[in-house]
Amino acid sequence: MKQFLIFVKKEFAHVLRDRKTLLILFGMPIAQILIFGFALSNEVKNARIVVMDQAKDDASRNIIARIASSHNFELVHTVNNRRQLQAAFKSGTIKLAVIFPANFNADLLHQNKAQLQVIADASDPNYATTVTNYVSSIVQDYSAEINEQTVIPYRIIPQIRMLYNPQLKGAPSFVPGVMALVLMLVCVMMTAISIVKEKETGTMEILLVSPMSPLMIIISKAAPYLLLSLINLTSILLLSTFVLDVPVKGSLLLLFAESTLFIITCLSLGIFISIKTSSQQVAMLISLMGMMLPTILFSGFMFPIENMPLPLQLISNIVPSKWYYIIVKTIMIKGLGFTAIWKETLILTGTTLALLAISLKSFKIRLS
Amino acid sequence: MGQQVIKTNNLCKRFGDFIAVDNITFEVAKGEIFGFLGANGAGKTTAMRMLCGLSSPSSGTATIAGFDVYRQTEQIKKNIGYMSQKFSLYEDLTVLENISFFGGIYGLSNRQIKDKREQLIDQLGLKGEAKKLVGSIPLGWKQKLAFSIAILHEPAIVFLDEPTGGVDPLTRRQFWNMIYEAADSGITIFVTTHYMDEAEYCNRISLMVDGSIKALDTPANLKLQYKASTMDEVFYELARGAKRGD
Repeated sequence: MKQFLIFVKKEFAHVLRDRKTLLILFGMPIAQILIFGFALSNEVKNARIVVMDQAKDDASRNIIARIASSHNFELVHTVNNRRQLQAAFKSGTIKLAVIFPANFNADLLHQNKAQLQVIADASDPNYATTVTNYVSSIVQDYSAEINEQTVIPYRIIPQIRMLYNPQLKGAPSFVPGVMALVLMLVCVMMTAISIVKEKETGTMEILLVSPMSPLMIIISKAAPYLLLSLINLTSILLLSTFVLDVPVKGSLLLLFAESTLFIITCLSLGIFISIKTSSQQVAMLISLMGMMLPTILFSGFMFPIENMPLPLQLISNIVPSKWYYIIVKTIMIKGLGFTAIWKETLILTGTTLALLAISLKSFKIRLS
Repeated sequence: MGQQVIKTNNLCKRFGDFIAVDNITFEVAKGEIFGFLGANGAGKTTAMRMLCGLSSPSSGTATIAGFDVYRQTEQIKKNIGYMSQKFSLYEDLTVLENISFFGGIYGLSNRQIKDKREQLIDQLGLKGEAKKLVGSIPLGWKQKLAFSIAILHEPAIVFLDEPTGGVDPLTRRQFWNMIYEAADSGITIFVTTHYMDEAEYCNRISLMVDGSIKALDTPANLKLQYKASTMDEVFYELARGAKRGD
């Protein structure tokens, strides 16, 4: 036990004396939370739009006014013919155009039906879909208003309720993702690098010849990073609650328990990488490419896993951060308890045990 | 000489078909300075790893400080010190912190660590550097500090793996004075080296070729036996028949 404490003290000295490590350790989570929380968002604001109004009547002006006042759009200018419209798109500054045909209002009043055209720059498909949806809903709002007095005989009105995230904010889905990403990076990379560093400098040899058992060395090496990760987790949750306004809805204790489990998963991954590599650069590259990329691609916080082809969906199952992401989302955003995540917990526990077993086994092989 | 602290009998280590260490048998007495020589790839490191309890022999027997290399590796580790050519100390810890850390993992009490620290700083004349990071002190001092730390827990045997690589002749000389002092205090020195002048400083030397010990005697006797005037010639005579190497 005394050996363990002395070792942990030494490990903290390493971390606290290295500015770069400190910066990665504590700067990264804060930067990521702020970047993901504020800068990156699916929501489109101030999309540049042009209008070609050939009708210039009540209805068209009304709709244009609504579009112009929406914070989603920025009405750049109006054009008079198709040529100008094309030029506007070609210049690349315009994302969307709305075209009202002549007699728009007249059609609406006399034929009970009018059409308007919406053209979007679909070189970015997600963006195009989002902005056209905004326009459609503005138009629908207007047509619902003018129909208020009339009674339409058969009508189905879907009552939509956005559960767990009624305002459809981006942050609630990013915070769990950033948590998975940061913990993964800190635990895997830091542990792998710190162990490989001892191999590089030769101190590992000295430790192995000492009376400290190999298992004890590994545990003492990893333990400080468990603690640092929990500190990181706390700072992310504080930022999330007070800056991004995304509080933990479920049990904080459960969240910390599950996070500890995930941290141990990452630590065992880090240990495994450190055993298989012999230079800090390689360890760092493998941690970055091998851990960060799958976390971003397959955890589901950037790209929905349901949309992926089956082989990729299957691959996503072996990425531990996917399960952690689901767990955090369930506890933090949905506010559900352990019964909702026992399956994910079980998978994560299994992965951790398997990884630990493999790591310890290859560590023993390396020794003999 | 009295008590034998290292005893090996037909010690072998095989990796598949490759016989890294082939039937080595020798004894080293308490307080002796034993030179363990051999070309690169001769099997020195593998043999040393077995003696340190880091790797289990394939066959044969060996006891280190009276403990069996198969079953009592824990006790062996408590009774040996080890230093490699990298002078492996933590460069981002201070001199004092390094002493405390290694004292601590060898199970020394706080009282003992404190005494040892003062004693060491005094002996090495590092008073001004005690609170400096090890990374900032000169190589020669690092090496002396590493040796002092390797014998901090007063082991029965200290294993030195090419301890003087890359160090200037004067510092090497001073380093060997430290080795003699340690040997006088009863610590057995087991040292590998590529410097043949250092081999002359040893009480006895063994020379490994292709995994087995080809010669084992005092430097004077070996020179007599091979009709050589220097250890260099003895080494050349024996090692040139080697089939392995890198």
